[in-house]
Amino acid sequence: MSSPDTNAEEIVEESTEPQEELIVDDKREAFVDSITQDLGSSFIDSHIDPEIDVWIRVTQEAWSETAKILFEKHGMNFFNFLSAIDWKPSPFGREMDAAIDNLDDEVTVETEMEWGVAGGEKRFQMLARVHNPATDMGVNVKADLEGDFPEVDTWTLVYPGANWHEREVMEMFGISFKNHPNMVNLYLPTEFEGHPLRKDFPLLSRRAKPWPGIVDVELMPGESDDETEESGEET
Amino acid sequence: MNTEASAQQLSYIENQASDARVNIELETEGMTLNLGPQHPATHGTLRIIVRLDGEQVVSAEPVMGYMHRGYEKLTEVRTYPQVTTLVNRIDWLGSFANEVPFILAAERLMEVEAPARAQWIRTALFELSRIANVVLFLGDMAVQLGATTPVFYAFRDREFVLNQIESVTGGRFHPNFDRIGGVKDDLPKGWIQETKDVLVRINSFCEEMEDLVVGNEIFQTRTRGIGIIPADTGLAYGLSGANIRSSGVDWDLRRDGGVGLIHDQLDWKVWTHPDGDSFARYWVRLQEVRESCKMVGQILDGIPSGPIMAKVPRIIKVPPGEAYVETENPLGIMGYYIISKGDLVPYRVKIRSASFNNVSITPWVLKGVYVPDVISILASLYFILGDIDR
Repeated sequence: MSSPDTNAEEIVEESTEPQEELIVDDKREAFVDSITQDLGSSFIDSHIDPEIDVWIRVTQEAWSETAKILFEKHGMNFFNFLSAIDWKPSPFGREMDAAIDNLDDEVTVETEMEWGVAGGEKRFQMLARVHNPATDMGVNVKADLEGDFPEVDTWTLVYPGANWHEREVMEMFGISFKNHPNMVNLYLPTEFEGHPLRKDFPLLSRRAKPWPGIVDVELMPGESDDETEESGEET
Repeated sequence: MNTEASAQQLSYIENQASDARVNIELETEGMTLNLGPQHPATHGTLRIIVRLDGEQVVSAEPVMGYMHRGYEKLTEVRTYPQVTTLVNRIDWLGSFANEVPFILAAERLMEVEAPARAQWIRTALFELSRIANVVLFLGDMAVQLGATTPVFYAFRDREFVLNQIESVTGGRFHPNFDRIGGVKDDLPKGWIQETKDVLVRINSFCEEMEDLVVGNEIFQTRTRGIGIIPADTGLAYGLSGANIRSSGVDWDLRRDGGVGLIHDQLDWKVWTHPDGDSFARYWVRLQEVRESCKMVGQILDGIPSGPIMAKVPRIIKVPPGEAYVETENPLGIMGYYIISKGDLVPYRVKIRSASFNNVSITPWVLKGVYVPDVISILASLYFILGDIDR
């Protein structure tokens, strides 16, 4: 029974029936309705992936208030993570300028900001996630931040675990936190200049040695070697 | 549950306070003690600055970043299949488990589901990584408390598990085996029987540890009632995995809301312990190894036949969107938040690693304990430095 009895030639067809908008996620719908009422005008947008996940977006001013409401009213007592997103695409393009990568016309280098789930308005966006183990529901919280070196309220008063996460965001994105107990670098040396996870921070290894392109696309089980020619790197 | 834990905490603090009064009478002196960064038992380089008053810790501040490799930045210039090579190195003792949540998140965005056999192989390797990882902890915690023998038993028996992982994936430590849409290869011939033999060895290793370590009076004295973490504090700090289950929280992602793996089709049990001390954390992990052996045994008996790869394009472009997938890894909950803009590379990947949150509680839990207890608490929290520094 241990010998592979798989016929690798057979590859199952994906069932391509489109999932109609029939799934209604009552749990998450009710949560979004409830938090909309709690936050009032501070609540901006929400997005629900039925049976999977939920996103809410709030204003910068309501950032710490949101944490308090989630913790006290919705039982979100498990702190998952806190981070940020830089939505301004890198001025260095995709850092993938090998000829092979440019064969594909569909991929264009973006220069305009384009936001993800639950929308956005500003360059920097906070992203945090908390979880309620009792109802097994997590929620992703986003908030747009004003300015190039934004400042936002800390979550440490509600979730002490946010302490190190906020220090990491501070050094990596240049976002500072009001009332944080210990706002110093976590990983980087004190004299480090720049904020590495910002998109305009150059990746020095790519400056020193250009990207070689996709050279070793591995074969899927059952594929023959002659197809590698389309990758243009067959030796 | 919470009240009981906080009652324990209170009585513990009370004892500490009465001892502290004695210290004042003895005129203790303050000093700063530097733990680390180099120590053979720390799984990497972590430095903890401990301020002492006599024998008691006044404050403890971990200093990280000696191993920071910038994976979140690097993923932005790597194609999706290349990212697994990086994330393998996060928790290097249970490498395969690091790949799984990333691949599952990418699969969710691509709306691809791996075939049944691939999911079973994934789950088997996932649990074998857990065994390889936690078996080392069971020996390592004992060696940090001064018992040298168990760590040699642990290294000896872990090697059999690594051999099994190697014979499937080709890599002892860094398998890089999980693919979007399935796994790279099928199981080799004879693997199932060999793995069953290994599981017998691991089970007897657990028996040995139960006799040698758990039943040891010195071990119990040094761990019972030491480093108590109440459930609500642990949750607010984001503790996960065995650390939170040993505080009495019955929550395991493999059972509750897990995606992509097949733990719900197996017969196993989530172990918890009400005490929340160092002993409980050791005991819960010991039981988890046994449960993992049970799970792998069931997988070996029930693995279905069929393809191991779904139909995915040759050059993988992930449709725009955002997805967060987390799994119950050996060290706790590990998750990847992927933002895709439809390119070959992710736009941003946030890596939520378990040890980062698990260690962030150390300034709180180390306050007021004695110097030797620092070691037993740090050992029982069980972190891997690659998992903190990413």
